[in-house]
Amino acid sequence: MKLNTNSNSYIIVYSAILVVIVAFLLAFVYQALKPMQDANVALDIKKQILYSLNIRGLDGQEAEAKYTEVVKAEGEKDGRKYYMCNIGGENVLVVELKGMGLWGGISGYLAMHGQDNPTVYGAYFNHESETAGLGAEIKDSQEWQEKFIGKVIYDENHDVALSVVKKVDNPDCQVDCVTGATLTSNGVDAMLKTCLEDACPIAFELFEDLMTQPQAVADSTATEPKVMEE
Amino acid sequence: MALFSKQNKEVFTNPLNVDHPILGQVLGICSALAVTSQLKPAIVMGLAVTVITAFSNVIISIIRNTIPNRIRIVVQLVVVAALVTIVSQILKAFAYDVSVQLSVYVGLIITNCILMGRLEAFAMQNKPWPSFLDGVGNGLGYAMILVIVGAFREFFGRGSLLGFQIIPDACYDLGYVNNGMMTMPAMALILVGCVIWVHRAYFYKEK
Repeated sequence: MKLNTNSNSYIIVYSAILVVIVAFLLAFVYQALKPMQDANVALDIKKQILYSLNIRGLDGQEAEAKYTEVVKAEGEKDGRKYYMCNIGGENVLVVELKGMGLWGGISGYLAMHGQDNPTVYGAYFNHESETAGLGAEIKDSQEWQEKFIGKVIYDENHDVALSVVKKVDNPDCQVDCVTGATLTSNGVDAMLKTCLEDACPIAFELFEDLMTQPQAVADSTATEPKVMEE
Repeated sequence: MALFSKQNKEVFTNPLNVDHPILGQVLGICSALAVTSQLKPAIVMGLAVTVITAFSNVIISIIRNTIPNRIRIVVQLVVVAALVTIVSQILKAFAYDVSVQLSVYVGLIITNCILMGRLEAFAMQNKPWPSFLDGVGNGLGYAMILVIVGAFREFFGRGSLLGFQIIPDACYDLGYVNNGMMTMPAMALILVGCVIWVHRAYFYKEK
């Protein structure tokens, strides 16, 4: 007997069976590979944090070891993570950044040090779907990320002074934007403004015990007015 | 029929020259432009497409007599989509950085015209083994162009190959500048055009 492959019932049964088989197969593959994928994602985040601390070019194992050596504590507030690191005896705070680029989300990590007047220790940016060669330079260009190093983050009113601008008037706190990627650069600028606004008081709250070393006291007084406002 | 009969050999070698998917039939251009800014993702993308064309060809060829004619495109798409998802999951697990670089383009292999073209034109009428050869041949033909264009673009756009710097620092000191144009998709189109030109002029044989 030859099946009539064009009858309606055959088509319905055929597609149902096919879909069920495929669904089981995909679910199995997903379950089997999930632990490895999660490990990769976690390692990628650790690498990004190390990039922001100017530690680049490490492989998986080395990065893992370096991360445990450097990062002392981590905390989370309002969906953003904060990491307290210690490099050569100096406290460095890494703040997670999240914002909007031109085509999709952008993110990054900004490391800051210095107690009275924090300056940028290092920065790393990532993006989901910015234009290759233009907006994507925020991730691809190490040179651009290194422009942030040493910039002053807050002005005397404790507002975020660090910014990405087309025309640099004040080289102490402004970074030249990426040519041809004005909207992505504006996104980075806005991201810095929102994510760094309360970074210091939050970090103090999260890492109080770590920061109560003698040198950290100055920082607490500097950020106290901010806390009072809240 | 012997495994490597003359006929089967032609099935394998035709897509590498006369029936080349990109050079001859100008299929699959969009992803060829998008993923070729560096060599490594280009190689991975080429391999992924080769694996997927080969296996989807085999699977469709095995079940070709059971597929209802009216929903054959849907069935082909389901098979391709399943394979692409599996490949994308495997890349995420074993080559995470490459999968990040390729981003959406792995998923977009589903819509790659080479795949649908080969399934519809070849696998639906032929036995599994020739279909497998046809899939591998077409995949490799596609991969070949990706690698050529990717190598050119990475070399001139970044001065490196596979991430290793090739152009010495001394050249940069003398004033050599990387060609930023090369990292843009438009340049890939021009390069593909040049490759097609060279191929037509020197390698193309009429059937």
